Amino acid sequence: MTAAETSILESPRRRRVTLARLARASVPYWLILPVLLAVGAILGYPLYSLIRLSFQHYGLFELIQRQGQPIGLDNYRSVLQDRVFWDTLARTTVFTVANVALTIGIGTLLALLLVRVSTAVRLLLTGGLVLAWSMPTVVAVQVWYWMTNYENGVLNYVLTELHVGDFFHHDWYATTFSQLALVTALVVWGALPFVAITLYAALAQVPRELVEAAEIDGARGWRIFRDVTFPILKPVLLILTSLSIIWDFGVFTQPFLLIGQSQIHPSNYLMGVYLFEEGYFKSDFGRGAAISILMLAIVAVLSVFYVRKMVKVGDAA
Amino acid sequence: MKRGRVTRVVLNVVALAIFVVVVFPVFWMISTALKPDDEIVALNPTWLPTTPTLSHFSAAVERPFFWEDVKNSLIIVGATVTISIVLAFLAAIALAKYGFSGRKLFIVLVIGIQMLPQAGLIIPLYVVLARYHQVNALTGVIVTYMTFVLPFCVWTLRGFLIGIPKDLEEAAMVDGSTRLGAFFRILLPLIAPGLVATSVFAFVTTWNEYIFARILLNDQSKQTITVWLSYFLGTSRNTDWGALMAASTLTAVPVIIFFLLVQRKIVFGLTAGAVKA
Repeated sequence: MTAAETSILESPRRRRVTLARLARASVPYWLILPVLLAVGAILGYPLYSLIRLSFQHYGLFELIQRQGQPIGLDNYRSVLQDRVFWDTLARTTVFTVANVALTIGIGTLLALLLVRVSTAVRLLLTGGLVLAWSMPTVVAVQVWYWMTNYENGVLNYVLTELHVGDFFHHDWYATTFSQLALVTALVVWGALPFVAITLYAALAQVPRELVEAAEIDGARGWRIFRDVTFPILKPVLLILTSLSIIWDFGVFTQPFLLIGQSQIHPSNYLMGVYLFEEGYFKSDFGRGAAISILMLAIVAVLSVFYVRKMVKVGDAA
Repeated sequence: MKRGRVTRVVLNVVALAIFVVVVFPVFWMISTALKPDDEIVALNPTWLPTTPTLSHFSAAVERPFFWEDVKNSLIIVGATVTISIVLAFLAAIALAKYGFSGRKLFIVLVIGIQMLPQAGLIIPLYVVLARYHQVNALTGVIVTYMTFVLPFCVWTLRGFLIGIPKDLEEAAMVDGSTRLGAFFRILLPLIAPGLVATSVFAFVTTWNEYIFARILLNDQSKQTITVWLSYFLGTSRNTDWGALMAASTLTAVPVIIFFLLVQRKIVFGLTAGAVKA
């Protein structure tokens, strides 16, 4: 309805109602405005400068001058021609696949176990999982470091006592593989509780009768899992897998602190650490920005599934 | 029947073994923190301290900058959580109770931001904040944390708000209340537990944050407790494991307590809707 029509045809009363309606329609926008402004200002502007930085030479001198030198695509060219980038990408991919597979695999087994044990054991194990979950990452790293140090770490002691082998003064930080294996243990230990407890909650929704009916029909363990349990778990499993991929690909604190700055080396870089060392630590912010954009692009692709799923959830309500 | 019982016992034993492995790092942290030095470095370690001592705890808190950095953490956490909860609550009402065009886009924003890898943002945040002299300032860290805490709070609070039956709200409005009146008299008391849980979880996330604090705060007196803890080893040549574990325990305890209180209420926000088959 145009303004002219309104003034001629509508009584003043109707017009007020229209205005009130307009006011009411604008309410949700006023409600989201503060968040939009905050996020836009604090994240939008840096993201814009990230793109600009990636096309500039920007080091410490430029940081002080607050003015970068435009160099076109040089940063991207330099990164994409760098062997370290491709090696790091490959290493991070293998690391992510291993970590996600272990987290989801063990998490599923734990959830299935939780359904079958007695109530007291279940409460105890759930409590233990929540306790592990609540440990701050930085704290967990320090504890891991203490448990695995070569001189008097308890891991070497236990492995030797259990006759797994002679681990007396075994140095877990000697090889890249061993370093990343420790990081994997730490990441999986930290992520397991969330996965196991979420899957357990989903399992609790599997109707008991369905399983019993399958048992009467003669189905055994694996078949019940494949044909009854798994289809119900599938949506949750997909979301958990997707979240784990995103988190593990971008992991920073665990490898950075556990391997330790003095031992961080291009041969054990993961993506997050690579970015920190090459961009921030070497104060080569322009090149770091180019690496950031490549990393953000990869994660954006990895996130599509999860974000779409969540939008559906949010939209349905 | 017999076979079933044996399986059950075996499964229970396996579960107990897993419990031991999962809890061990936390146990070992506290146990080490309470042991005297000779027990810590003993070749055959004892599981529990035979002569418990609190000396490592006093050594840890007497380290330089412990109290300053705890204070910094509390200021940052307090400001971030308070501002975020208020702003996020408004946006959560819009998402939970209104249909509007652009809603979908807003949801994409809220979910998408939480997926951004933090390492990918250190460069631009550092450069931009340096430009406005907000490096080494607590305010710079507070606004940075807000970008991540805000979307999380919006999404979680939205979940709590949806749980409130529409009839209750409508009943209040039929009684002659305005929408605002209905909100304050009906909605607010119902959502209070959700607000508390979300705040506590935001507290935990903010308290634990490491990478942004590490790059944005260089001055030792300006750092947060997690950064302080991460530098603990670097400050001494002979590693003082007892003090390190005592410091770790002190950093973790407030988080563990809060987390245990609200974990059940919060965790399903991330997978909300997917659990319902």
